Amino acid sequence: MSVLFDSFDEWRTYCEYHKVDIWQPVVGYEIDQRGRSEGEIWDKLAQSYAVMKDAVHTGLSEDMQSISGMINNGAKKVAACEINVLGENFKKLVAYTLAAKEVNSCMGRVVAAPTAGASGIMPGVLTTLQEIHDLPRQKILEGMLVSAGIALIIERRASIAGAVGGCQAETGTAAAMGAGAIVHCLGGNLDQVFEAVAITIMNMLGLICDPVAGLVEVPCVKRNASAGVIAFASAQIALAGDSAVIPVDEVIDAMGEVGASMEDKYKETALGGIANTPTAREIEKNVLVQQVESIEEENEA
Amino acid sequence: MAERSSIFDMIGPIMIGPSSSHTGGVARIGRVARHLFGGLPEKVIITFYNSFSRTYEGHGSDRAIIAGLMDMKTDDERIKTAFEHAKEQGFHYEFKAVFNASSLHPNSIKVQMEKDDLKMSVIGVSRGGGLISIVEIDGFSCNFSAQSPCMIITSEDSHGRAAFITTVIAQEDCNIATMSITRSGKKGTAKVVVELDSPIRPLTLEYMRSVRGIKNIIYLPDLGL
Repeated sequence: MSVLFDSFDEWRTYCEYHKVDIWQPVVGYEIDQRGRSEGEIWDKLAQSYAVMKDAVHTGLSEDMQSISGMINNGAKKVAACEINVLGENFKKLVAYTLAAKEVNSCMGRVVAAPTAGASGIMPGVLTTLQEIHDLPRQKILEGMLVSAGIALIIERRASIAGAVGGCQAETGTAAAMGAGAIVHCLGGNLDQVFEAVAITIMNMLGLICDPVAGLVEVPCVKRNASAGVIAFASAQIALAGDSAVIPVDEVIDAMGEVGASMEDKYKETALGGIANTPTAREIEKNVLVQQVESIEEENEA
Repeated sequence: MAERSSIFDMIGPIMIGPSSSHTGGVARIGRVARHLFGGLPEKVIITFYNSFSRTYEGHGSDRAIIAGLMDMKTDDERIKTAFEHAKEQGFHYEFKAVFNASSLHPNSIKVQMEKDDLKMSVIGVSRGGGLISIVEIDGFSCNFSAQSPCMIITSEDSHGRAAFITTVIAQEDCNIATMSITRSGKKGTAKVVVELDSPIRPLTLEYMRSVRGIKNIIYLPDLGL
């Protein structure tokens, strides 16, 4: 029996005892739980990564205007911007993350990682990472296994759904998945991967889910970009050997507690936060279906 | 304890955006409705209920249901342009929205299909994460996910019908995953929904269809949802 991904502690203990690399128990889990072969697992990872890369490419090359009009080719604007606030690589990360998420908002094909609402983060982080460091694809696929293990634990101890745990559950989890993959791919050890997860979740804690007009557009798309940035910041700190101080399992439990005590109006219901601003309410009037019947009318018809 | 998630639930599924419940689940409901009907209907009225009623346009759920009715899967990039494909196929549809159907799940859709003399009404629920349940067929309540082969049997509501069905399936070496029976009044019509772990042979289906008292059997193979 391999690791069940109930805790990071269990994952660490297993790897130390069996002297295996951090990604190996994730393969073992999928074989045990789903009866997949190792070959099939690598193939599916490669397929997912290909779809992620396609999404980044599509978002940067095709017209990305959403049905509501709220999303309007932001990634291409960033890519073409002449001012680099930090540098070329930083701009690349922001553009790539926006690009994949814009594809999601505009009814294109994406990988939900862990969810559709956070589907820009992993593609943006992984493609930027591979390009900047010229990494082989196999290394990126290993990083994705590490990401999946991280998400499995967060799903069990907290939540990965905005309707249950707010935005921290979706973009927070995706950022933690990204941070873990970055640390692993750049040669960090298991403890550094876990520190990166803890630091990322600390940085994303408390984020509410407040989509304007209930659509996965505002503030979701831009939050994907900032979550990608937090993933890199956390990975930088962890790779330097600095610590989150609070152990990662305790941080995830805190995330669960914050999610559980969050009011429903901040959980994808479009009743609070940015969704409840006067401008958001105006936008709703144009975006939401206005010709709505009540059940009595339907019965008469 | 519930089944543990796959790593491909964490990195996956591959899907058309923006939302697994508003596009993925909706396309699936459309696909199941089409297969229950036995092909593409000529005319369809689609009603979006409750939470779906105001957001179905913004999320593209209207395109997703049409795409599903045209047999497109959840990762088919043609979902975005489903209306154009429907036009090419001469497929007519109409949308309605009802915001206060308190007896239905927040994300429910009714699909009323017509072709020649054939009519069918299906209600599906998008449960989140792209998962669905079919909760009503032609006024009879049911509850199945269509993730495995399924039989929807309409029979006379008489003694021993259910026993007959389970006996035949047992002899087929086929495991029943779930089974539900609903009927319209005493001595009326009964609907038996049987979810199977493995496919059933066409010959067995033909035999069951020929038996007195069985009015109709719809067989839904594993659609690879």
